Amino acid sequence: MTARQTTDTMPLLRVQNLQTHFLTRFGAVKAVDGVDLELAPGEILGLVGESGSGKSITGFSILGLIDPPGRIVGGSIEFDGRDLLAMKERELRRLRGNDIAVVFQDPSMTLNPVLRVDTQMIEAIQAHETVSSAAARQRARDVLVKVGIPSPDERLRCYPFELSGGMRQRIAIAIALLNRPRLIIADEPTTALDVSIQGQIIHEVRELCRETGTALIWVTHDLAVIAGLADRIAVMYAGRIVETGETDEIIHHPMHPYTRGLIDSVPSGSTRGARLHQIEGMTPSLLELGEGCAFRDRCHRATEQCRETPGVTSLGNTREFRCWHPETGGDQ
Amino acid sequence: MTEAPILEIRNLSKTFSQPVSLGGRITNLFGGKNRPVNVQAVQDVDITVESGEVVGIVGESGCGKSTVARMLAGISTPSGGSVRWRGKDVAEMTAKEHRAFDLGVQMIFQDPFASLNPRMRIVDIIGEAAVKHGRIRRREQRDYVGSLMEKVGLSSAYIDRFPHQFSGGQRQRIGIARALAVNPNLIICDESVAALDVSIQAQVLNLFMDLRDELDLTYLFISHNLGVVEHISDRVVIMYLGRVVEVAPTDALYGDPNHPYTRLLIDQVPSLEAGKRDYAPIAGELPSPLNPPPGCAFNPRCPWATERCRTERPALREIAPGRLSACHLNDTA
Amino acid sequence: MTVQPTSADRPARTRADTPFRRIVRQFFENPLAVFGLIILVGLTVPSFLAPWVAPQNPYDIGTLDIFDSQLPPLSTSSSGDITYWLGTDGQARDVLSAILYGMRTSLIVAFSAVAGALFIGTAVGLIAAYFGGVVDAILMRTVDIQLSFPAILVALVLLSVLGQGIDKVIIALIVVQWAYFARTARSSAIVERNREYVLAARSLSLGSRRIIFRHMLPNTMPPLIVIATIDLAHAITAEATLSFLGIGVPVTEPSLGMLIANGFEFMMSGEYWISLFPGIALTLIVLGINLVGDHLRDILNPRNAQ
Repeated sequence: MTARQTTDTMPLLRVQNLQTHFLTRFGAVKAVDGVDLELAPGEILGLVGESGSGKSITGFSILGLIDPPGRIVGGSIEFDGRDLLAMKERELRRLRGNDIAVVFQDPSMTLNPVLRVDTQMIEAIQAHETVSSAAARQRARDVLVKVGIPSPDERLRCYPFELSGGMRQRIAIAIALLNRPRLIIADEPTTALDVSIQGQIIHEVRELCRETGTALIWVTHDLAVIAGLADRIAVMYAGRIVETGETDEIIHHPMHPYTRGLIDSVPSGSTRGARLHQIEGMTPSLLELGEGCAFRDRCHRATEQCRETPGVTSLGNTREFRCWHPETGGDQ
Repeated sequence: MTEAPILEIRNLSKTFSQPVSLGGRITNLFGGKNRPVNVQAVQDVDITVESGEVVGIVGESGCGKSTVARMLAGISTPSGGSVRWRGKDVAEMTAKEHRAFDLGVQMIFQDPFASLNPRMRIVDIIGEAAVKHGRIRRREQRDYVGSLMEKVGLSSAYIDRFPHQFSGGQRQRIGIARALAVNPNLIICDESVAALDVSIQAQVLNLFMDLRDELDLTYLFISHNLGVVEHISDRVVIMYLGRVVEVAPTDALYGDPNHPYTRLLIDQVPSLEAGKRDYAPIAGELPSPLNPPPGCAFNPRCPWATERCRTERPALREIAPGRLSACHLNDTA
Repeated sequence: MTVQPTSADRPARTRADTPFRRIVRQFFENPLAVFGLIILVGLTVPSFLAPWVAPQNPYDIGTLDIFDSQLPPLSTSSSGDITYWLGTDGQARDVLSAILYGMRTSLIVAFSAVAGALFIGTAVGLIAAYFGGVVDAILMRTVDIQLSFPAILVALVLLSVLGQGIDKVIIALIVVQWAYFARTARSSAIVERNREYVLAARSLSLGSRRIIFRHMLPNTMPPLIVIATIDLAHAITAEATLSFLGIGVPVTEPSLGMLIANGFEFMMSGEYWISLFPGIALTLIVLGINLVGDHLRDILNPRNAQ
C-alpha cells in the first residue's frame, strides 16, 4: 500500500517497502514493517499513529537517523530520484540540513544551549554554503520574520534559555528552513506547546509550504491537529500504514476500523454527556506479531478471516486501506 | 440551595518568592540593590464547586491552574485566601476534620511514569495510605487492593508487580486506584490524560465518568486541552496569568464565549469538524508572570483593548446568571 | 541521537520482575563487570578466610623461622613443609600469607569507613533536602568547608591527634568522605522530592518520616551505591597511603599499605617481591572495584531505568 501523491509529477520522495527493525535481547522488534510513501513537492502529509505505531521511526529512517540496535533491513528510500540508503554518511549529512530538514518535538534537540541564536543560524548556513557572515545573518533574520518572530534582531542575540518554549520551537523551525529545504520532517513539533502557540505555528508552517513549495511530513498522534493542516493522511498501526488518502476523505469516510475508532475517540462538545467510543485493549507487542491483521484483537469487526494478513484495497488514485471488513457506512 | 458547596475557595493566592541569596545580601551591605523576587502565580482566585459537579479549569502554561490544584491537594500552602470544605473553613478545622479534608481531596497526576514509586509493588502503592490511616487492617490489604484494581479495569492478578511492568494507560489506572483507596469525594485531575494516546485517553475519560456515577465523585478537571474539557465538564473556569477571567456553564462558554481571551482560545482548538481552515492565531506571547502587564493582563494581546484596559484591572463580575467574566468591554456593551 | 522502541514494544513478562532482579540481570550481561566481580570475589573470600587458608600465620612469632627471611618466590622453607609461593620478607614471613591477612585488614577498614560515611552522608543529605531553608544552608555549608580541605591532609592531622589504630583510621576516613555522600544524597533527594509520586504521597498525608524513608530513600540510593563502590577503592588506597606513611594501622595488624612500605627498603637490593606482590594485590582489588562500579553506574543511571 502506498500513501500516494495527488499529482502526476515525479515524486520528491518515494519510500518503498521500508522495514526498520530493532534487534533486542528478546528478538527483532519490527518497528516499521513494509511502509510505502510518496510525496510531491509542496505537499503536506500527516503521518498519524499512537505510540509504538512506527510513525516516528519511519520519519527517522528517511532522515538516516536510526542508530543500533535499530537497522533498516529492507526497502528503498528515493529522494529526488536518488537512493538514500545507498548513500555514504557524508553525502547523507550534506543532504540533511540542506535539502531535507528536521524539526523535533523538543527544540533542545536542535538548539545548542551555550551558543547564541545568531551564531547557530549563521553556522547552519555556512556549513552548507559559502556565504559571508553578514549575508548569512541577513538570511537568518529574514527566516525569523517568515516564521512570525517579533523583533528578530533582538531574538538573534538571545541564548536559547532566554526564550519561551514556543519561541524556541519557532527558532528550531526557522533553522530547519534556513537552507531552503525541499522536504521537512517534523516529529510532533507542537505537542509540547500551548494551544495558542500551536495555532500560530500551524498557521505559519502551512503558509510557508504554500509559498516555498517545501514538502512536509508531519508526524503526530493528534488527528485534530493534522486535520487542519495536511493534504493527505497516512494512519499507521503496529509498523504498517493501515489507511491512507486525502484528509477530508479520511476524516469523514474512514474505512479502516482503527481509523474510525481513533476519530470517534476524540473528545469534544458533541460527545459531552455520552461515553466516548473506546478502542479496547492496547497496542500489541511488536515482538509477538504473527500473521494476520495486527488490529484484530481490538477490532469489533474482526472475524476468522483476519488471521490472514489483509491485502491492500484501492479506492481511486490516492485512497487505499488494508482491511478485510472495512467500515461500510463511512459517513459519521 | 440546601447543601453547602463541597468546595468554596475565595481570594486564593500563591506567591513564590526567591529570597536574596547570601552573596546578594553581602553586596547589599555595600549598596547593592538586590530585592527578593516575587512571582504571583495565583491571585485572588474564587471557585465554587457543587457536590457531584465536574468543573473544568482551562488555561495555558503559567496561568496558575496547577498551583491551584496543588494548594487544594495539600501539596503546597496558600499565601492568602480561604478554602471552605463542605461549608467549613479549612483554617478553623480540628486536626481530625483537617485529616478528613486532606483525604477527601485526592489528585491524579499527569505523568504516568513519574507518579508511581518505581520501587514499590502495586499492592503497596495502592494500599499503603488506607492501612496507614486505619481504613483497613493490614491483612485485608490484598483483598482491598484487588477489588480497587478490578474497579479501575485492571486484573487483580497483577497485584505484586512493579510499575515498570505496565503501559502508560495502565499506570494511570493504578494512580486512580491509589486515589480511590482513601474514599475521596473530590478528585483533582491535573492534566491526567495529557500524556496518553488518543485511544487510551478515551478509555481513561470513560473510566472517570463511570466512577463518578458509581462513587458519587466530584471532579476538578484541569487541562490545557479544550476538547477534553468540553467533553467532560459541566462548568468551565478559564484562567489567564494567575487570575480567573471567565466562568460559565460549558455550553454557554463554548457557544458564546464572553472574554476576548476565551473567544480567541476557542478559535484555536483544532477540531476534526473544522477541517482545513485558516486559524486566526492569537498574536504575541504569554507575558512573564515576573513582570505582568498593568491593567488587564490580556491587554497586550487583545485586539479590542482600550485605554482603560491598559490601566485598570477589570473585576470578575456576574454578566448573566451563573456566568462571570472579567472584561471592561461588558460595561460599554 | 538514538531512537528506541517504546515500552509498548517490550514483551510482557508474567513473573514479578523486581527492580533488583533487573539490575542483577543487566549486571551479568557485561563481561568486563563480571570479570571485575570475579577478581573481587577471588581476592576477598580467601582473605576473609585467611586464618584457615593461609600457609602460615605471619603474626605468630612462634611459627616464623629467621633463617627463612628474604627468600625469593617458590622457595621451600628450611623445615621443608611450606612452599613460599611469593617468597618471604625481612622477618621471614610468607608474603602470600601476609597479603591475605593484610588484605583483610585493608578491606575491613575500607568497608567500615565507606559504610559509616554512606550512613552519615545520606542522613545529612536527606534531611537537608527535605527540610530545606536554614537547615539545608547550615548542613551544606559544613559540607562545602569539609570538601575544601585536601582529604589526605585532614586524615593526617586527625591521626596525629587520635593516634594509631584500626578504629582511628576508620574514623579518619569517615570524616574525609561523608561530605561526598551528603552532597550526592541531597541533590538526588531534591529531584525525588518534586517527583509526582512523592507529591501523591503527600496528598495522601502519609507523614514526613514515612515519605523520606520509605519513598524518597530507596529512590535516592542508586547514585549513592555507585559512589560507595568507587569510594571503596579510594578508601583502600587512602588507608594504604596512611599506612605507608606509618601513621595508619598498627604494626601488629599490617595492611597492604604497610606491607608495601615494609618491602620498600629491599627494593633497591633486588628483593622486589616483598613490595611488588602486595602492590599487585592492591592494584587488582582497586581494578576489580572500579570495573564493578563503572558498570553499576551505567545500569543504575536513571536514563537507562526504562
